[in-house]
Amino acid sequence: MKLEAKNVNFFYGDFHALKDINMQIDSNSVTAFIGPSGCGKSTFLRLFNRMNDLIDGTHLDGECIVGDQNIYDKSVSVDELRTTVGMVFQKPNPFPKSIFENVAYGLRVNGVNDKKIIIETVEKSLKQAALWEEVKDKLKKSAFELSGGQQQRLCIARALAISPSVLLMDEPASALDPISTSKIEELIFQLKHDYTVVIVTHNMQQAARVSDKTGFFMLGELIEFNDTKKIFLNPDKEQTQNYITGRFG
Amino acid sequence: MKHTETELLELKKAISDMWRLVQSQLEKAKSSLLTGDEELARVVMSREKRVNAFELKIDSDCENYIALYSPVAIDLRFVLSVLKINKTLERIGDFADGIARFVLETDGHDQHLELLKELDIENMFGCVIEMLEKDKLALEEENTALAGIVFTIDNKVDGCYADAIQILAKHITAHPGDVLYSLNVVTLLRKIERIGDHCNNIMEELVFYLDAKVLKHQKTVIDKEEK
Repeated sequence: MKLEAKNVNFFYGDFHALKDINMQIDSNSVTAFIGPSGCGKSTFLRLFNRMNDLIDGTHLDGECIVGDQNIYDKSVSVDELRTTVGMVFQKPNPFPKSIFENVAYGLRVNGVNDKKIIIETVEKSLKQAALWEEVKDKLKKSAFELSGGQQQRLCIARALAISPSVLLMDEPASALDPISTSKIEELIFQLKHDYTVVIVTHNMQQAARVSDKTGFFMLGELIEFNDTKKIFLNPDKEQTQNYITGRFG
Repeated sequence: MKHTETELLELKKAISDMWRLVQSQLEKAKSSLLTGDEELARVVMSREKRVNAFELKIDSDCENYIALYSPVAIDLRFVLSVLKINKTLERIGDFADGIARFVLETDGHDQHLELLKELDIENMFGCVIEMLEKDKLALEEENTALAGIVFTIDNKVDGCYADAIQILAKHITAHPGDVLYSLNVVTLLRKIERIGDHCNNIMEELVFYLDAKVLKHQKTVIDKEEK
């Protein structure tokens, strides 16, 4: 499913956090957002499943389109939107439940009660998240017994279980060791066959390794959005070059 | 297999494909030279563009790999080696093209073919083709033990070159009317000898990639130490 931002301006009170952003994200691709802290990349990511609605005093101008629908249209149900657009956060946040129940939770909340379907979906999701082999013999154990990297993959499995079309990831590997990071990156690369993935990362090498396209944000502006190869080999904008080469500031 | 490893394998496949093309170019150049086959020489010249296109593609692949994956250790050595081997293979391709041009631009009558035979160019050419094969084998099998064989063959090529120059000098004395052709033959011999040097350089790059050892200019260093 493709995503699009049209003339997006976003405000936290009087603070103009995103300035006239226009972007088209292809379906079945990985898009990375990079930029210094406070540049607006996470704010922009969260717009696509209306996470910013929860913050008081925020205001959006413009359109955020998922598929063919402006998700800020009054007719859109936020609950339904979040079954289409899943999200994975920086810190793994499993529920205080078993491994199995963590993945089954979203299904149950969405009214799926057929035991067979739940079992099949949990297995499929854990396999997609490259975690099945590590947990198949301990599905009833607490999710907290898993390592940080495993917990993050469990959260990805939880997001996948409700069959979203889009997966938003906000620094999904920043709290993980290099081996777990490598597994998450490989997973992201594989997931694009079935999902549209958008990832925010502070790790530029990660953006380079996993993404097809990269957007560089600074001070609320989208400075450059292009093929990742182009961004990391020959960016059009001097600001992009200064940032990715570490000369920024 | 991780996608980063897949990218490396694709790079290895690309350089192997280019290698095969350059080998084929050399073999055709040799055959056209020894038989005076002008049609075959034209084939070599027409395929030179493919070698150039390969060079550009592999250069671009290496640049992308470095920019996107920030390789370290053996992966970094591999990409750096591929970059240099790529350039060297392209140069060898240029020499094959130059030899094909020699066939077309010089008078390859029977007497001249006899001279080439006397100069033992077939043997010299065979040696450099063997060096290039051994280099390729070293990459495929990740076996730098073949380095010694390649360096030994290069010494043999240098010997062939020196001998050929002596024979040619005598030929010029005996056939002053053949000076122009003979000068072209010197250039030809030099090309083949340089191919041998390039094959040596390729092996040095493979040793750098596989064993992390720098063999380049070792002789110079040793000479200085001896002085």
